[in-house]
Amino acid sequence: MPALDQHKIEQIIGVLLRAGVALAVLVVLAGGVLYLGRYGEEPAKYRSFHGENAHLLSVAGTADAAFGGDPAAIIQLGLLILIATPIARVIFSVFAFAAGRDRLYVGITLIVLAILLASLLGLVQAK
Amino acid sequence: MNLLESSVLIWLVSAVAGFLGALTGLGGGVVVTPVLTLLFGVNLRYAMGASLVSVIATSSAAASAYLREGFSNIRIGMFLEIATTLGAVVGAFLAPHVPSAGLAILLGLVLLHSAYLSTLPRRPSETTAVADALAERLRLGSTYPTPDGDRRYQVRRVKGGFAMMTGAGIISGLLGIGSGAFKVIAMDQIMRIPFKVSTTTSNFMIGVTAAASAGVYLHRGYIDPVLAMPVMLGVTAGSLLGARSLAGAQPRVLRLVFGVVVGLLALEMIYSGMTGKF
Repeated sequence: MPALDQHKIEQIIGVLLRAGVALAVLVVLAGGVLYLGRYGEEPAKYRSFHGENAHLLSVAGTADAAFGGDPAAIIQLGLLILIATPIARVIFSVFAFAAGRDRLYVGITLIVLAILLASLLGLVQAK
Repeated sequence: MNLLESSVLIWLVSAVAGFLGALTGLGGGVVVTPVLTLLFGVNLRYAMGASLVSVIATSSAAASAYLREGFSNIRIGMFLEIATTLGAVVGAFLAPHVPSAGLAILLGLVLLHSAYLSTLPRRPSETTAVADALAERLRLGSTYPTPDGDRRYQVRRVKGGFAMMTGAGIISGLLGIGSGAFKVIAMDQIMRIPFKVSTTTSNFMIGVTAAASAGVYLHRGYIDPVLAMPVMLGVTAGSLLGARSLAGAQPRVLRLVFGVVVGLLALEMIYSGMTGKF
């Protein structure tokens, strides 16, 4: 792949990442304002580890609750968008390398993508 | 302290951490965990989850700026991400089986190492003109911009770098940090990649590495949205501000001061871990 193409691709990836972070920040902020508006007066407790609410452990559960207006789920949805930004970059890179007919790097990028999705698979299968 | 007050306070502290982390190049996420656990009494595993999320935010937000300058090498990054993501998943799966005290001491040691690095002057190591066979096959060499035009560089000891990256990934998954310092060592010291290319490529890789363990963390319930919210918003705001006021300069005094603060946090972390406070 010519060097110029690669730099062009990197620019697009940069814009993609920044847009993802901006969206994540907005969603987390919205959820945070809602959450603090509702529960801000309650005592803060971060001390004990008990695992988060079961429905927030899966993508589907989080999305369902978030669109139902649950503030904690809206925050969690924003965090999921954030976690998705580097994954979106990897997916985009697969196509970019494929467009450059770079089979070796399409393969390498698919391996990385497989590892990322395997990690997230635990998310998809709700406990 | 009610939730609103503690959220505002945690946001402020995270913003300062992000700002100093970006300004000194140490990364904001790395000091968030000790501050949350030592000052706010947050559970270590929640703190690790919040830190991990903010690491992704800083990596993704800063990557676009670095990419535009044409320093980072996307092939090197993608190839080595096989190692870091595998390591991160392994680390994240191991984390629940390591006692909190052990994690605290390990984090303290990693922080101590970061503090030590921050006191050293940044001396770029020698680059190489000869690629090893594997680097040749993977076409890892590229060019980077200098004042005198683009300069070519080659890559050596790919296997050694790959092994070090696996270790960096495990540390990242275990502790919820970006472990950028180890990534830079792998590229700069072992693979002889130019320093500027190493640091920017490392920053680029951190987000993908963290995303690999974030899946496991989320599933395990280590990411508490109520805590992660002010941490993520604070670190992102602080590090964007820090990156903007950086403008290529490396303020030496600030690095030293921040290094000392990180060192003290590290010692406190190790001490607390050893005396069973976690």
